[in-house]
Amino acid sequence: MMRFILPFVVFIVLAVFLFVGLNLNPREVPSPLIDKPAPAFTLPQLHEPQKTFSPADMQGKVWLLNVWASWCVSCREEHPVLMALAQQNIVPIYGLDYKDTPAEAERWLQKGGDPYVLSVSDAEGRIGIDYGVYGVPETYVIDKQGIIRYKQIGPVTPDSLREKILPLVAELQAK
Amino acid sequence: MKRLLILMLCLLPSLAFAGEAQDMAADPVLEKRMIGLAEKLRCLVCQNESLASSHAELAEDLRREVRELMQQGMSDQEILDYLVARYGDFVLYDPPMKKTTLVLWYGPFALLLLGAGVLVFQLRKRKSEIAEPQLTDEQAAQAAALLAEQPATSTQTKDPQA
Repeated sequence: MMRFILPFVVFIVLAVFLFVGLNLNPREVPSPLIDKPAPAFTLPQLHEPQKTFSPADMQGKVWLLNVWASWCVSCREEHPVLMALAQQNIVPIYGLDYKDTPAEAERWLQKGGDPYVLSVSDAEGRIGIDYGVYGVPETYVIDKQGIIRYKQIGPVTPDSLREKILPLVAELQAK
Repeated sequence: MKRLLILMLCLLPSLAFAGEAQDMAADPVLEKRMIGLAEKLRCLVCQNESLASSHAELAEDLRREVRELMQQGMSDQEILDYLVARYGDFVLYDPPMKKTTLVLWYGPFALLLLGAGVLVFQLRKRKSEIAEPQLTDEQAAQAAALLAEQPATSTQTKDPQA
């Protein structure tokens, strides 16, 4: 009897490992920035370039930093989700316009609506490197102390909002 | 007119290359050092390519970043640490040995040992199964008697024709 049980158990274990492996997304590289302070920057605002914005301005608030671009295809998929979130007024969304031109970014926001309190331009992608951005869109949840608590790689979906981002935001806001 | 057009078209590629070559010419030693380091780094966009060979926009930006950090006088190790702090160990083709990478480094050897152990166990088990049974004196005598009998019986069955 043992003769059959042992290979069967080994087969099941192997099958489970391979099945889980199939469902892992190799594009989702865990960020080393989780639980670390959000890298500082001072960048011109997209709509009013003479004004700047810096994460330090957000001290004491829980906020989302959404990396987007007018050339980014998945951002289109994410856009309505962000618009709906912005209307609910739960958490402020700030945009980092990554490797984009202000003219095209403005046109894109005019067409699809602007879910952001404000956006800043990272035209050369340097701040993106500091944040470990490698696939736009990406979204960071930053707490009251300016610590990155979560990073969503790829578009924010209704599922990821409901299951991960909003519960986390509520928890951080209560602190 | 047509010939002039063809000539102009032929010259187009050289114009396209001019932009890229400029950077290289700026400081060939630094460029060589940068490419050497970039070969040890993974491009996060196209994950099976090194940062040196990738044409992804992010790879170009990161090469620019590495070039600038080198100009600022950072050592290769400092630059690797700088990138790991942003992108994680995944960016290295040769990940360091630490708690989270123990399975990565020792897992294959552990599996090899496990496999060898199972093999040895199975071989021993089989050896004990096929070992010759020890005969008692009585059984040995019986066997000898049977063997002695055999030639006679076999000649009996064969002989009728002879």
